[in-house]
Parts: sequence; structure tokens; C-alpha cells
Amino acid sequence: MNLTLRVWRQTGPDDAGGFVDYRVEGVTEDMSFLETLDLLNESLITSGDPHGPIAFDHDCREGICGQCGVMIDGVAHGPQPATTTCQLHMRHYRDGETILVEPWRSAAFPVVRDLVVDRGAFDRIIASGGYISVATGSAPEANLTPVPRPQADQSFTAAACIGCGACVAACPNGAAQLFTAAKLTHLNVLPQGQPERYERTIAMVEAMEAEGFGNCTNHAECEAVCPKEIPLGTIAKLNRDYIRASLRAPAKT
Amino acid sequence: MTVTGAPATDAPAIGAPTDQSRYFDARLAAKAPTGPIEERWDQRRFQVKLVNPANKRRFHVIVVGSGLAGAAAAATLGELGYRVSNFCYQDSPRRAHSIAAQGGINAAKNYQNDGDSIFRLFYDTVKGGDFRARESNVYRLAQLSVNIIDQAVAQGVPFARDYAGLLDNRSFGGAQVSRTFYAAGQTGQQLLLGAYQSLERQIAARTVEMYTRHEMLDVVLTDGEASGIVTRNLMTGEIKSHSAHAVVLATGGYSNAFFLSTNAMGCNVTAIWRAHRRGALMANPCFTQIHPTCIPVHGENQSKLTLMSESLRNDGRIWVPKAAEDARAAADIPDEERDYFLERRYPAFGNLVPRDVASRAAKAICDEGRGVGPGGYGVYLDFRDTAGGATAIAERYGNLFEMYSKITGEDPYATPMRIYPAPHYTMGGLWVDYDLASTIPGLFVLGEANFSDHGANRLGASALMQGLADGYFVLPATISDWLAGKLGKQPVGTDAAEFRRAETLVQDRTARLLGNQGKRTVDSIHKELGRVMWDHCGMARSEEGLRKAIGEVQQLRRDFWSDVKVTGEGTHLNQELEKAGRVADFLEFAELMCTDAMVREESCGGHYRLEHQTPEGEARRDDENFAHVTAWEMGGAGPEAGADGEAPLEMIERREPLVAEYVQPSQRSYK
Repeated sequence: MNLTLRVWRQTGPDDAGGFVDYRVEGVTEDMSFLETLDLLNESLITSGDPHGPIAFDHDCREGICGQCGVMIDGVAHGPQPATTTCQLHMRHYRDGETILVEPWRSAAFPVVRDLVVDRGAFDRIIASGGYISVATGSAPEANLTPVPRPQADQSFTAAACIGCGACVAACPNGAAQLFTAAKLTHLNVLPQGQPERYERTIAMVEAMEAEGFGNCTNHAECEAVCPKEIPLGTIAKLNRDYIRASLRAPAKT
Repeated sequence: MTVTGAPATDAPAIGAPTDQSRYFDARLAAKAPTGPIEERWDQRRFQVKLVNPANKRRFHVIVVGSGLAGAAAAATLGELGYRVSNFCYQDSPRRAHSIAAQGGINAAKNYQNDGDSIFRLFYDTVKGGDFRARESNVYRLAQLSVNIIDQAVAQGVPFARDYAGLLDNRSFGGAQVSRTFYAAGQTGQQLLLGAYQSLERQIAARTVEMYTRHEMLDVVLTDGEASGIVTRNLMTGEIKSHSAHAVVLATGGYSNAFFLSTNAMGCNVTAIWRAHRRGALMANPCFTQIHPTCIPVHGENQSKLTLMSESLRNDGRIWVPKAAEDARAAADIPDEERDYFLERRYPAFGNLVPRDVASRAAKAICDEGRGVGPGGYGVYLDFRDTAGGATAIAERYGNLFEMYSKITGEDPYATPMRIYPAPHYTMGGLWVDYDLASTIPGLFVLGEANFSDHGANRLGASALMQGLADGYFVLPATISDWLAGKLGKQPVGTDAAEFRRAETLVQDRTARLLGNQGKRTVDSIHKELGRVMWDHCGMARSEEGLRKAIGEVQQLRRDFWSDVKVTGEGTHLNQELEKAGRVADFLEFAELMCTDAMVREESCGGHYRLEHQTPEGEARRDDENFAHVTAWEMGGAGPEAGADGEAPLEMIERREPLVAEYVQPSQRSYK
């Protein structure tokens, strides 16, 4: 099939950027969305296009590394539920369609080039407290800490977050609540996570706010686009733990 | 190509029976203690020189790579008090390709009370590797496996649990016990996030400085010792030197030499190839693992292959129609007309034979014309007979079934999966001793980037184990022996002539790539390289095919340097330039892979030479002549040579003999 891709081109953070239309021929239904971009890039290189190939982030191409992610027709990772951009296949499109492709748009994710953004803020949120402080070698025998199935399952569901940033891109406020809540839920429901539970919650929420993400106003757009289907309930849990933490001790200054 | 053994003057022809001693090299001493194998790691930890806690902050260590091995090492060294600089090419350390490991991690906990032990895990790993691994290292790996599980659980890694809240296990290929710990089909992701979180904790504590989107493009030696690296900042194009007391490479494997593999798009051989060019010996580069259960190739525009975890072979049954070119739908083929060929050929292990065996069997069946799906290169993996039906399947493998259906558009709950082997893991890598030290003093190599533990074939769920053992436990214990000797000495400054020279080489190479003005895209050349390697250095190899491949790779290398087109400039994010540098290194490395495959005149593990097979088509090892590690040295001008693709590579063969002390080699039988 032949498609038109209307792609955001931007040479760097200070460039205004804009859309450019490209015709892509010979797309087959088995190809992934990123393979379609590959195909387009090959033709942009060989034809000597003045903008050159389109820069886009990607690595594992199997939906787990979280490095890929673009807005496709206004939806983070495109139209299929529970699907990363690399897992979107062209059988969902028809010959002659025009597809709009943009980078994540959020003040906290500045555009680097074309479809590539800087998501360093996510790493800094994790660094603020998204861990259990256990130095290598100091761990007890693993089965000394049983974890009841419901908690283990809840923790695992939240831990599936791949840190792609779709939640932020989809949120009208550019909030990072779902990302932060996923990590807090992963750690805060486990017995191992209890000693640092409230400090962690305060620290991560404060780090999130310091990065310039917006506030959560319950649009639930994040849950709708999350490729790993992290439930919105994790945000309720974040809020509960944050309120409890605030009542227990004054927030760190 | 020039192949020589030492002494080079009277090197024998390839394949001729040889006097082993001519290849021996004093640098290839494993340096493992010699007492009882179960005491060796304790002995070594007692022998190593220590660095006292107050002095640790005086030492600076560079760690390249942030996967399981790299992140675990960087975090642990940071916790110990060393100053660490950690580099990765991705935008976050959490994205390293360890994240994509699916099935699980082995550990000799014996929680299932099914007869497992450290010795059994050791034995299975040595046997699974077709007796081409170093026993001392493997035994240590089995010992440390139990500590890894403890560490991961303490970090909050959400492993699967039973209803009592205790850890669950599954079985995996090449073993008859259940010792694999798992987190659905996302075990690598969860273990990497555990290591990544520990790393971020150290970044916040300022013991580790993180450099994301930085690619290592050279190792710098001063006075013969590794004293730093040269990197390119992928965002700005800045070429910069970094110096330290030691350099640790944890940069993964080289399956992307085949272009199509289960590796991430960015996985590359550059870091270890650059180190090899600087003098580090490269061991067993032909030992590559072709994983049996991947989604078959769909077409010319395919960019990578996707693995379906080996754990699926616990419940899934592999079959093809008995009749060639049977066009019926799978459901319409009755049981008596199906050939469950693994169960037929290997009744004891059935669908759980090791990966090399399963892959070759699938290839043989498809070569007979009995493959299924478009093109005939696929076999069924069928879950029809799984106890518990769809509910049980969804619980164990839900995410894998979703992945499959997204890629193929088929519903694997309704019709069997179609799978075919694909390049997945590389057992070869830089040669290291028992301390994980390479032949360049001060340069250490961890995880898939080294060669040490898996011999000629890695068992499933053992890569995560090795990466974490190396990163959490081995390197942090052994590196002090090297660092202690450096007490009171500052790292060589990056203004030293050696650093300047290395930077100039990197800059020249970058300029050469950008200024080439050719016609061919980087990907088109990489795809062609992949086809050559898959056809001649893949699941079945022959001297004739390998000779042909070497000629084609050399030609392709010339084509690359004369005709590649790299767009854009060096001063901004330029993904074509990144790819070009990696492919240039693959084009050299591929020749070494083929050469290594040619001189190893036996079949073992994943290395299958058509000339060396039993009448039943099984691999025929030659312990008399090949019970050794082949470690290649680059001769000639090393890093200065061959930048234009014209200069021939000079490969000098060295050997480390392997001694079977505890596991006597036997014909590997899974029947």
C-alpha cells in the first residue's frame, strides 16, 4: 500500500519545527510502524532529501525497552490499545491514508530533534527515591520474605511500566502521575518496600513536581494510552500514600 | 585475511592436526585457584589485595554499558565507595537490552526439592555448553546464583510466587529440574529495573556519574594499561576522553552481525572490537546461539526478529505435518499425521532439549520441505494440549501471546504459533581470566561481552544469571586486586598524548564516514552482511561456505568504505552516523567470526560444521584437538590500520587449553 506520512521535522531544541508530507510506497501489512519509517528514511537518504532522514528513538522493537514512542494521529503510540509504537503494524492502515506523526509534547520533555525528546526527568524521579536501599550482599534469604499473591500481583502489574512517557504525552496537563504512581505502587505494596515507603512517596512526588510536569486532574488519558495498561488505581494509591506520609511527618525541606 | 599461529613462521594449514603447544600464550592463564572447585572462589577472594574503605573514593572506574552486568557493577562499585562513571548509548540506563530477556533466571536454590544443587547447575551448564567452558568460572556462577535471587528479592523484583507467597519456579531447556525464577515473560525487565534503581540511587548519592546517549569509540592505553576511553556524545557530537584507574566493558553481544536478530537495533560489537584492536584477545567469536523459538521472518523490510521465550516449550509442543507441503490448517491435521519431531528424536528431554539441538532440528525439518507458513521456514508451537487451557496459558505467558498476536495478526490461543530459529546470543567475546580481566591490564569485561561461562551453547535462563553474577559479585570482589596496586597514583590525564591520538583517530574516522559521498545506505550494506553471515556462518557451516563468506565480507567492507552514504553532520544527533560506525566494525568482526568457525574443525554446541556430524546428524565434537578456547590477537598496526577497509586484517590464533577436572566430556545425549 501507499501512504502519506505527515511528519514533524525540527532540527534542534531552538528550531520552531513544522510538518512535512512524505509519500511512502510499497508498505506491506506485515511491516511495523517503525519499519515504515525505516523505509521512508532509506528513500530520504538515497534521494538526497534536504532534511535528511527522520530522527526517531527506538531500540528493542519488541515493546519493552520504552525508547520508542510518537504521537500517531494525535494518540500516543497510535490507535491500538496496549501497543507501543514499535508493535504497531501496518495491517491496521489502508492504502491512501495520511498519518500524522509528532513527538511527545510536554514542557518536561524538550524536543531534541524531529521525533526525539529528552525524558531525563523520568530518571531523576527514580533517583529521588524509586528504589529499595539494599546494598549488594546485604540481602536475606529470598524465601524469608513471603509476599502474599494479591500484593505480589499488584506490585508486578505496576512494575511493568516501561518508562516510555506516553502517559505524559497524552495528559492534557502533561502530568507524570501514572509513571510516578507505577513505581510507588511497585515498591510500596511489598514488604521489602515498607521501611522507606513514606519517605519515598514524598521524595518522588516532590521530584516529579520539580521537573515541571503538570498536575493530575483525573482525565485518565494516561491509562487509555499506556502500552502496559498500568491501572489508574495506582494514582489513587499514590495520593493515599502521599496524604498518609504528609500526616506522619513534615515533608522534607 | 592472514591467519597465523604463534610462531607465525611455520604455522600449519588450517585444519591440519597441530601440536597444541605452538598456540599457547602466557597471557591466557585463567589464574583460577587450584584447590577443590567449591573452595576456589573463597580462595580467590582471600588472595586478592583489598582497598580499605577510606581509600576507595580515591579510585575512579569507568563502566561502559548499563545492562544487567554494567548497571549491577556500577551500582555495586558505587555502594562500595568507588567513584564510577557509567556510559550508555540509550537515553536512559533502563533501556539496555537486558530489559528484553523474557523467560527467567536460573538459581540452585532447590526450592522444589527436586534434586537440584550447585553441582548440578554447574554440571548442566558445562554439559549444555558442550564442554567448552572453563569449569572454575562455571562453578562460581552456580554458587553465586543463589545470592542473586536473594539480592533481587530484597530490591523488590516481583518474581512469580505461589499462593503461600513463596517464590515459584519453572523448568527450562537443558535441565530436568525446575530452577528457573521468573516474572511472567518479563524477567529481564524486572531484574534490570532492580539494578537500574540501585544505580539511580548511587547516581543520586553522587558516587556514580551517568553519561546517557554516549557511545564508546575507543579504549586508550598508556604504558600498555587501559587508562580510559574516548566517547562521542550522541546529542552534540562532542568527541571526548575520560580517564580512570580501570575500564570495565559490559557492552553485550554481537548477534547484530547477522542484521536480523533478537537483539535491539543499537546492540553492537564496537566497544569490544575497539578493545580487540587495542590488543585485547577475542575468544571463540564463532560461538553464537541461534534461538529456536522466534517469530519467522515476514519480508525484505523486516528490521529485527522477536523472540518467543523458551519457557513456552514447557507447555507448547513443537510439530510439523508428516507430509511435505501439507497445506491444511493446523487444526485440520489429525494427531497421527503430525510429527512431534523433538519428542520423537529426543524422548528424554522432548521439547526441552537445549537451544542448539532444537534449532538444528527445526532447520533440518524445514530443509526437508516440511516447514509451515509463508516461505516454508517455520514450525508449529502448539498449546492445544496444555493443562488448564487458555486460563493457565494467559497466567504463564499472557504477555508473550499478546506480543505474538500484535506482530503476526494471528490469535495464538486459537491457532498454533509459528516459530523459527533466529540469532539471539553470543557466547564468544573478549577473553577474560577468572578475575574477569582481559589481556589488557586494567580492562575488565562482564556479561555477554566476555566469553567465559557458556562454552559453545548457553542454556536458557543463564544469561541473566551470568550478567548479574559478574556485575554484583565477581567484579566488585576482583577489581580491588588491580586497584590496590594503583594506590597513590592519579589516573593518567586526558591531555596525555595517547588520549589526543585516540581522539584524532575517532575524529578522522567520523569525518571519513561523513565525507564519503557514496550511494549506498548503511542499512543496505548491513542487510547484505547479515545475509552472508546467516547463509554461511549461521546454523550450519562448512569450510567451503566460510571461505566464500570471508571473500564476500571483505568485498562488502571495500564497498562500504567506497560507496556508503552517511547523511547529516557530526555535530548533532545523527543516527545514520551512529549506525555507520557500528556496521563498519561488524564488517571487520564478521571476518574474524568466519575465520574462527573455519579453524574450529569440529561441531560443538551452536557451532555446527557440516563436515563434522554423526550419522544421525548430531554434532560431533573433537576433544582431542579442540578442547580449548580459541583466542585471537590482532596483528599488524592494530587500531591504526584498516580504517579505510583496504588493509587486510591480520589474525593470530592463540589457545587456552580447557581441563576437564570435574565433568568428563561425553557425547551430549538428550535422548
